[in-house]
Amino acid sequence: MILANILPPGASLYAHNVDVIYYTLMGVSVLICLLLLIVGGVFIVRYRRGSPAKRGPMPELLSREIEIGWTVATFFAFIFLFFWAAAMLVSSGPAQKGDLEIHVVAKQWMWKAEQPNGAREINEIHVPVDTPVRLVMTSQDVIHSLFLPALRLKQDVLPQRYVDMRFTADRTGTFPLLCAEYCGTEHSHMTGKLVIMTKQAYQKWLEAQPGSADVAGMGRKLFTSLGCSGCHGRAAHVRAPDLEGVYGRSVQLADGRTVQADKDYLRDSILEPRKDIVAGYEPIMPSYKNTLSDSDVLRLVAYLKSLASKEKDQ
Amino acid sequence: MSQAAAQAADGRPLTYLSNGFTLRSWLTSTDHKRIAILYAVSITAFFFLGGIAIGIVRLELVTPTQDLVSADTYNRLFTLHGIVMVWFFLVPSIPTTFGNFLLPMMIGAKDLAMPRLNLFSWYLYVAGGLFTVYALIAGGVDTGWTFYTPFSTMFSNSHVLAAAMGVFVVGFSSVATGINFIVTTHMMRTRGMTWMRLPLFVWAMYATSFVMVLATPVLSVALLLVMAERWLGVPIFNPTHGGDPLLFQHLFWFYSHPAVYIMILPAMGVVSEIFPCFARRRIFGYQFMVYAMVAIAVIGFFVWGHHMFVSGQSGYANLVFSFLSFVVAVPSAIKVFNWTATLYRGQITFEAPMFYAIGFVGLFTIGGLTGLFLATVPIDIQATDTYFVVAHFHYIMVGGSVSALFAAIHFWWPKMTGRMYPEIWARFAAILMFFGFNFTFFPQFIMGWMGMPRRYGSYPPEFQIYHVLSSAGALVLAAAYLLPLGYLTWAYFRAPRAPRNPWHATGLEWTTPSPPPPLNFDAPPVVNEGPYHYHPAEVGPEARPEGAEDEQRASSA
Repeated sequence: MILANILPPGASLYAHNVDVIYYTLMGVSVLICLLLLIVGGVFIVRYRRGSPAKRGPMPELLSREIEIGWTVATFFAFIFLFFWAAAMLVSSGPAQKGDLEIHVVAKQWMWKAEQPNGAREINEIHVPVDTPVRLVMTSQDVIHSLFLPALRLKQDVLPQRYVDMRFTADRTGTFPLLCAEYCGTEHSHMTGKLVIMTKQAYQKWLEAQPGSADVAGMGRKLFTSLGCSGCHGRAAHVRAPDLEGVYGRSVQLADGRTVQADKDYLRDSILEPRKDIVAGYEPIMPSYKNTLSDSDVLRLVAYLKSLASKEKDQ
Repeated sequence: MSQAAAQAADGRPLTYLSNGFTLRSWLTSTDHKRIAILYAVSITAFFFLGGIAIGIVRLELVTPTQDLVSADTYNRLFTLHGIVMVWFFLVPSIPTTFGNFLLPMMIGAKDLAMPRLNLFSWYLYVAGGLFTVYALIAGGVDTGWTFYTPFSTMFSNSHVLAAAMGVFVVGFSSVATGINFIVTTHMMRTRGMTWMRLPLFVWAMYATSFVMVLATPVLSVALLLVMAERWLGVPIFNPTHGGDPLLFQHLFWFYSHPAVYIMILPAMGVVSEIFPCFARRRIFGYQFMVYAMVAIAVIGFFVWGHHMFVSGQSGYANLVFSFLSFVVAVPSAIKVFNWTATLYRGQITFEAPMFYAIGFVGLFTIGGLTGLFLATVPIDIQATDTYFVVAHFHYIMVGGSVSALFAAIHFWWPKMTGRMYPEIWARFAAILMFFGFNFTFFPQFIMGWMGMPRRYGSYPPEFQIYHVLSSAGALVLAAAYLLPLGYLTWAYFRAPRAPRNPWHATGLEWTTPSPPPPLNFDAPPVVNEGPYHYHPAEVGPEARPEGAEDEQRASSA
């Protein structure tokens, strides 16, 4: 009962794996503490001043050999612990295609989330159980950190940059969601709920949300309304790179570098077009830095991404 | 003038304490012992300032709602606590007081190599302190002691410039002290004091000094850049103008992780003096102890990234930093084994310094082991920025360094003041401090792992029980810190006079009168044996005789 109170609930296989490492480390630590307590305690009592215990010089065995012995033993024990934890991390594997993508924007002092169908939430994130989920996160101001203790996950959320958090929850319920990176006055109120639902309940919930629409679809509308298609479209008369299928490809730049066209690259290209000029094109694109909100950029990138996956499917 | 013949007005031999009583004689003294006392007074003031700040914080945290102080005040209080405790108490604590006082005496020198630089570094410390006090009076600073960008440069509405300036200035004090110690250790060792005969405290000071000299400038640069961005708008960390906020974290931790070793290496040095003395045994594995300290100082420079596992740095970088963090834990473990082994076949007595030193080993072990948790990437992801981390570093810095500081205060008190201290009170304070400490910080491990983030003025009610325990413990701890202030003040005026060497300890500092004369030694001492010569290697130790050592040396001098 007490134990259940001091151990946080786990809501994913990953959380369970983390706990196994945690308890193992705990066991090793308790063992070492006990060993020290016993050995130290025995010495303290046995060799108190004037006790009848045998003194004399240090036994030969206790000199160099034992020192080298416990140095090496400690070293290998630590290396083993490192290796074990590292192996568990590495084996959690790369992102899968088809992960449910939820966009999260952090600002002083709230969390804003946008579901794939455009449904928006504040300080709450709803996710379906047993489904790989990917949170794509950015911040509008300072550094925040999304902390989901039930999933043993935490990720700093940075301004002007996208970071991912991936998980597959295996248990329904409502769990805390917190900001873990100090972000100013109301830092301790930048909290909310992670709601893990059954797939059916999630679908139902999604459809019941007002304003839901396809995020990529919204991006497509922006692509036209902002005039992007005027240059980047197939029929455009201005010479600009074709964006169909660009997502995930490598792009040759004018200065000789080759970069991967990922979220960050596309974002930079929209906001700071002069940073990375594609080989063979003039640097004529204006910046959209002051025109677009973070959410709009996310929508545009989602649209470009959808173009790429369409092409692959064909 | 011959020192031995010099007499103060009251007929007692001239000591560094009776060598002038005016304020001016203190503020212009270049005597390393007097400067140590200047530092001791100043860091004590800052210790209590930082303590008051955290006292209010702990009081606020008794209830889950933000009800005692406003959210902004709360943020300013924990920031003040962090800045003051790290830069104005812990970093200078043992080096500037005991390092200053003892380093020259332990190597048989009459002062540090650059006495005026030594005094100047104290003035730098005070200047830095004034900036910080100004920031406090002007309304405080709310960035946390870590000054993370872009919050500190673009968003905070508090006195970041003054606070950063304070830390910037006090950094020069650190560097000056470090250079002084390094030069002194190289140039001023007396005849026969070879490197492998240096007491481990001197080695600890030497290793610490290198870390100070090499790491502090990086912090200074980082803070200068923060000031440049905040004040002049130079875009360095602000990502909307192409800056990189993570750059600041790299620079900051490149200093602030080694700074942990600035705080703990001196503590290790102190404990390495005390264990042999009260166990009456030579330190176990002297050479390994030296190598371990050097290894900690060197490897400590390559682990800063373990503070940034969730910052968005590459996963491969995380693994490299994780690996190196495990490696740096090995020499620390070796030291714990060696202190324990020093007790083997000893003749142990349990005066207050030994109480504190044993407490140090216990708390440092828990701090070190939880450090392994945090070096493990998946564990750190859950635990970082929670109370687990808070508990961990307090076990190292308060359980470790501050316990060792109190061990040092009691161990060298007779030498520094010429008076004994009340043993019963001191043991009581040591025990109270140990329990108060665990009472305060152990519950923080539990709530941290459960997901209680740090720097929260209000929090989910399920954590209240742990916060209440922690705050109650803090009250005990506060009493344990105030107690020595009381009985040591009494002891300074009223306690029995101390002989040269009340502990029958080895080490050159104990061959001088208590308190020592202005120039320490009548003639440069000559060393012809290794440190901790408590017994010949081929036989075991004798029990330490009861009572004070005879004053034979004094009468023959």
